[in-house]
Amino acid sequence: MDAVRRQFPYLRAKPQPVYLDSAAMAQVPDAVLDAVNAWEQSSRSNVHRGMHERAEASTIAYESARSTVQTFINATHADEIIFTKSCTEAINLVARSWGEQNLHTGDAVVLSILEHHSNIVPWQQLQERKGIDILWVDMDDEGGLRYDQLETHLQSGRVKLVAITALSNVLGTAPDLPKIISLAHKTGALVSVDAAQAIAHMPIDVQELDCDFLAFSGHKLYAPTGVGVLYGKRELLQSMPPFLGGGMMIRNVTTEGFSPADLPAKFEAGTPPIAQAVGLAAAIDWLKQYSWKDIQTHEQEILQLTIDRLKSIPALHILGAAGNFQFSIFNFQFLHGCLSFTLSSVHPHDLTEILGRKGIALRAGHHCCMPLHKRLGIPASNRLSVGIYTTKEEIDACVKAILEAQKKLHP
Amino acid sequence: MRKGDSGSAEKITPLTMDVYAENVLDHYRHPRNKSQEPKTKVQDSAIIHTEENLSCGDTVTVHLAIENDRITSISWDGTGCAISQAAMSMLSEESSGKSIREMEVLMPQNVYDLLGVPIGPRRTKCALLGLHTVKNAMRKHAGKEMQRWTETMGSS
Repeated sequence: MDAVRRQFPYLRAKPQPVYLDSAAMAQVPDAVLDAVNAWEQSSRSNVHRGMHERAEASTIAYESARSTVQTFINATHADEIIFTKSCTEAINLVARSWGEQNLHTGDAVVLSILEHHSNIVPWQQLQERKGIDILWVDMDDEGGLRYDQLETHLQSGRVKLVAITALSNVLGTAPDLPKIISLAHKTGALVSVDAAQAIAHMPIDVQELDCDFLAFSGHKLYAPTGVGVLYGKRELLQSMPPFLGGGMMIRNVTTEGFSPADLPAKFEAGTPPIAQAVGLAAAIDWLKQYSWKDIQTHEQEILQLTIDRLKSIPALHILGAAGNFQFSIFNFQFLHGCLSFTLSSVHPHDLTEILGRKGIALRAGHHCCMPLHKRLGIPASNRLSVGIYTTKEEIDACVKAILEAQKKLHP
Repeated sequence: MRKGDSGSAEKITPLTMDVYAENVLDHYRHPRNKSQEPKTKVQDSAIIHTEENLSCGDTVTVHLAIENDRITSISWDGTGCAISQAAMSMLSEESSGKSIREMEVLMPQNVYDLLGVPIGPRRTKCALLGLHTVKNAMRKHAGKEMQRWTETMGSS
């Protein structure tokens, strides 16, 4: 574990930080910073826009990053990988391009109550413009989805798309994607997966999943901010109109109009996040030195310990599945990356501020999931999230500090 | 950022100072003038107004009685973090007996001074939820349009 932590500049700080906010932003290892720096020093230049040596080196680095992402999620073709500025932009691309073209009055999009605002609002914006309906899938008391509701919605015959998270950024629960995708495809609906959280905690194989779109961003995968990825099946991306207009995305421009470029350039208007894409590829290469089995075993151990310790705190309530699990029957496949909790009579902002002053980073608020918090009947919660570098000592320090904060506010 | 408060207040209350000072915690644990209902004697003429901070779910409701352009009675109810609740508790003491004119000139800095602890950008809205609610209760009384958060925060 020390060997992993030592590779992160922030985690080398003294006193040792307790960083339990990786679900918002993972820390970045030396290998990624070095790769970005190397590109800046020796290759910085725009891509696909010059005949000089640096332009070529930069283009090679950028396209190589695309291939690295392609291999990482096992896409069939490199041009099915679109670089965006974020996961949010990637989802908006699907809504604006595919949605504008394919959704019409009376059509429906299915969302789950677990969704992050970035996988809700783009569809609500379409709802206003196109007269479509949004059909919601609720959760059960353990944070699992009500698949019966999904089936009912799909049977209506109006559903053109199911937009679903691969991992809740609040409850840490993972919907059964193969089941959802198979059910949706049976009725002819497409499936768009929000993998913002999942990407750092579980292997993702888009061919095996057979999802139609999948989006994630770099900064939760130990990579720089400002880069996201949209995967889409080639025939879908080819049939879709461009999203943003500008340089790079055109084949030809005349005073009368334009014709769009081929994939992936069609969806990459303007100078792309080149340094960030290079950093993302470096993060993937760095992560791949560890096996998913080892990463998951470590993170599950930490989460199990967290649940066990948190349950010993009076008046602390863990949300969703993690709160109901008995330690012994903890389901290995069900909880990943984070969990959230409330503490009676202690507002999350007070708790996380007191913890923050001791160098312990947790996130408080609605975590961009207001509908989910409304469903849970609470305005806000505290979220504890883990990563490849999280230690048992961090959990112990956090639990101790929670007890102290509780005592401070209500002696 | 806040207006006109970059001077002496910061020196007296450096950012390293604990936001949960004893006086803040005292108001949080034992809120003054807090009650679910307007005080009985003013019930008929009470102005009731609620504001909430959507980003964290904090809410404050104030009940005011105004006679001869002066606040004759104030009580409030609410839920939220220690800062928002303590600030409202302190503000209720401060507002009691004040004239409409005196309330109009009440500024964010007055609330920060009451709290006496450093309020960073993260907690500005917590600290000012009470002020925002009272200001809009006064506007309701005057039959004026509600003011926006930017106005309360002094950056409109």
